[in-house]
Amino acid sequence: MSQARLSPGVVPGRLSSEELAVNFADVAPLMDDHEARIAADRCYFCHDAPCVTACPTSIDIPLFIRQIATGTPDAAAMTILHANILGGMCARDCPTENLCEGSCVRMDAEQQPVEIGALQRYATDGLMAQDGHPFRRAEPTGKRIAVVGAGPAGLAAAHRLAAKGHDVVIFEAREKPGGLNEYGIASYKAVDGFAQAEVEWLLEIGGIELRHGQQLGREITLEGLRAEYDAVFLGMGLSGVNALRTDGEDKDHVTDAVSFIRNLRQASDLTALPIGRDVVVIGGGMTAVDAAVQAKLLGAENSTIVYRRGQDRMSASRHEQEHATSSGVRIICNAAPVAIHGNGVVAEIEFGYTQDGPDGLTDTGERFRLKADQVFRAIGQQLADAPQGLKLTGGKIAVTASGRTSLPDVWAGGDCATGGDDLTVTAVAEGRDAAEDIDARLTGRPIEIPG
Amino acid sequence: MADLRSDFIGIKSPNPFWLASAPPTDKEYNVRRAFQAGWGGVVWKTLGSEGPPIVNVNGPRYGVVHGPDRRVLGINNIELITDRPLEVNLREIKQVKRDYPDRALVISLMVPCDEDSWRTILKQIEDTGADGVELNFGCPHGMSERGMGAAVGQVPEYIEMVTRWVKQYSRMPCIVKLTPNIADIRKPAEAAKRGGADAVSLINTINSITSVDLDLFAPEPTVDGKGAHGGYCGPAVKPIALNMVAEIARNAETRDLPISGIGGVTTWRDAAEFMALGAGNVQVCTAAMTYGFKVVQEMITGLRDYLDGHEMALSDLIGRAVPNVTDWQYLNLNYVTKAVIDQDACIKCGRCYAACEDTSHQAIAMKPGRVFEVIEEECVACNLCLDVCPVENCISMRELDMGEVDKRTGIARGGYANWTTHPNNPMAKAAE
Repeated sequence: MSQARLSPGVVPGRLSSEELAVNFADVAPLMDDHEARIAADRCYFCHDAPCVTACPTSIDIPLFIRQIATGTPDAAAMTILHANILGGMCARDCPTENLCEGSCVRMDAEQQPVEIGALQRYATDGLMAQDGHPFRRAEPTGKRIAVVGAGPAGLAAAHRLAAKGHDVVIFEAREKPGGLNEYGIASYKAVDGFAQAEVEWLLEIGGIELRHGQQLGREITLEGLRAEYDAVFLGMGLSGVNALRTDGEDKDHVTDAVSFIRNLRQASDLTALPIGRDVVVIGGGMTAVDAAVQAKLLGAENSTIVYRRGQDRMSASRHEQEHATSSGVRIICNAAPVAIHGNGVVAEIEFGYTQDGPDGLTDTGERFRLKADQVFRAIGQQLADAPQGLKLTGGKIAVTASGRTSLPDVWAGGDCATGGDDLTVTAVAEGRDAAEDIDARLTGRPIEIPG
Repeated sequence: MADLRSDFIGIKSPNPFWLASAPPTDKEYNVRRAFQAGWGGVVWKTLGSEGPPIVNVNGPRYGVVHGPDRRVLGINNIELITDRPLEVNLREIKQVKRDYPDRALVISLMVPCDEDSWRTILKQIEDTGADGVELNFGCPHGMSERGMGAAVGQVPEYIEMVTRWVKQYSRMPCIVKLTPNIADIRKPAEAAKRGGADAVSLINTINSITSVDLDLFAPEPTVDGKGAHGGYCGPAVKPIALNMVAEIARNAETRDLPISGIGGVTTWRDAAEFMALGAGNVQVCTAAMTYGFKVVQEMITGLRDYLDGHEMALSDLIGRAVPNVTDWQYLNLNYVTKAVIDQDACIKCGRCYAACEDTSHQAIAMKPGRVFEVIEEECVACNLCLDVCPVENCISMRELDMGEVDKRTGIARGGYANWTTHPNNPMAKAAE
């Protein structure tokens, strides 16, 4: 047993590198050919299939599964990628339980959906492992488009625009492209540098220039982009993290879950990554689950998610919740932090039990404390420094269904804009649809109906 | 508990499940193991005349058609009759029969189509102790090109002639195995009966190419880039076999001719269906070749449970469905049904809708919330929705009450009437 395993405080090396390698292995390994054929055979090829309706990118799921079942997985991959160019990542990080698989008619039949996500990964991984890029660019249009943010929305928009013959420049604030795919999801969901590999593959279409260290409002401005480019797509995500507004929030080792996840994803040696012995994550979404599970996998003795409302209100899917609890994470619901205690460094966190009623969330007055030497905030993010001149709704850039903002030459999509859940797949759909609208606006060509 | 003991043309076996003449019954080792596993009888793989042994291909002998999960739906083969010396087979048959006197052991035979060859082989098998002979007039490949197997089975006059020789030169019960590669299965059965056959067995395998290799552009199984048609068997051929069995069972000329049912028997249920259509017993090959000899144990317990559940003896089952096999012209045209979808059981896949809307009668409506409802005004009761529905018993066919108006035709349901008296039938006989 590692000596640091039960050390108090936030320390590295609680587990050996061998243990960590096991813990952070691919959470859902690639199906082999036989598994895929068996799984594909379960699809009923539904009429006007509910899974397609449930997919934000409207992938023709019955068609791609039939293509797998008939031994043409590359054709299946093209069906997927035509609708969703990040189909590879979505196969890994989509909450399929709430989307395609959740609406699979086999749920009604036997509570076992067709494994759509795993089949999608089987098809896309197979195609992406081959040389070359399967999409070709149309004749050059001479139009130049600026895309802000190399996350799912920006990448999807850029690829679609490049395919239509436009020249695209992506402005990315961080060192690496990929957005939350690179920085924001649990590492066991996208092992072996998949996020970067996917971006490299996507850029092979050509016509997309990626510029790093370009943050809107710092190195670039919206006015500048509008002046220089024919159209601008904003997909910079959310950079601000919501605060707890709790006494003691400023104590050491009270940090954002997104930073923890980002650092973990970027760490080259997980044995060097410090983690608390008693970790508490506050929040109820995917980020909370990703942080709490990874804390446990790093060797935290106790990892607890505390969510202020009832479990049915958690935005983490049921599958994610079960993944958390089966990983040894405890989930406490109907409790909100009221104070963080400790002498400069967090030692305990005090919660009040809550009640969700017609008047909203109320404090029951009952208190309890959890031992905590590390606390992660995972209560949502916000759009920091929205550019001037754009109409906002609910703190996000207001957009139409096709991504149009209040400015005629500016479109937006992904988490920074209104509409849809904050999911990779939703961002891809919004980026793609905005690209179609931009193309239609710039060239007068009809919009391609996806799927 | 139901008694499964079987007496087929005087040949007794502890159950009606025999292994068909085929690779599983080619030698003593296999047949002993089959008997140990519980098979009631065996038809030993076809013996030929004495002489240089038969030669088989040394590439693949079998082709396959797979269903989901590589489930074997059908196998075809290009194997010939036994390629082991006659005297070895005869010695082994004698030894096995001596050790398993309670099991049926029938010898399959195929020799050239001349009297002397048949007289000789019948003499040679006389003292093996075997219970009977089965004349292989069915194999569609290899031997048929030499004037044997299906080449005989396709000419009723030859069947009659050879059967007559066999009955003349042997005291053994004689089963004539029929080929399905023929237009009307009743003709060879009638010929066998005229020749004095004690029974017929059917079906032998069906001429087939299981698939085409799309890289080599050669039929499967492919031998050095070429393929020849082989004999198809297994679950896929069962519907064809059932029909042929029923045709013989209800034919006036052959209705009292015992039948050994063959063709895709895989479970006890398949066996029961063959027997209900008139087969006195069944023969199995592909199921054993797919799963091994142990499958017979499921067949035994399954058939026993079924008979017990219906308080029937085995003899009550045999032929019980034959009176209900009729010709289309006698079907009741006033029998009207309508599809009914059980909304609680429906999983909303929409396959019934797609099938009906695209390929049938536009008699299913798709309503908001993926609710699928039958439009009785359009429903012709074709059954396709029920057939394609993935949920058992979700769609059923409701029989209209007598006098109830069919919303599609506006006609109240009347009593039995068929095509022979229908006004649209130019050949209709006047109602009397």
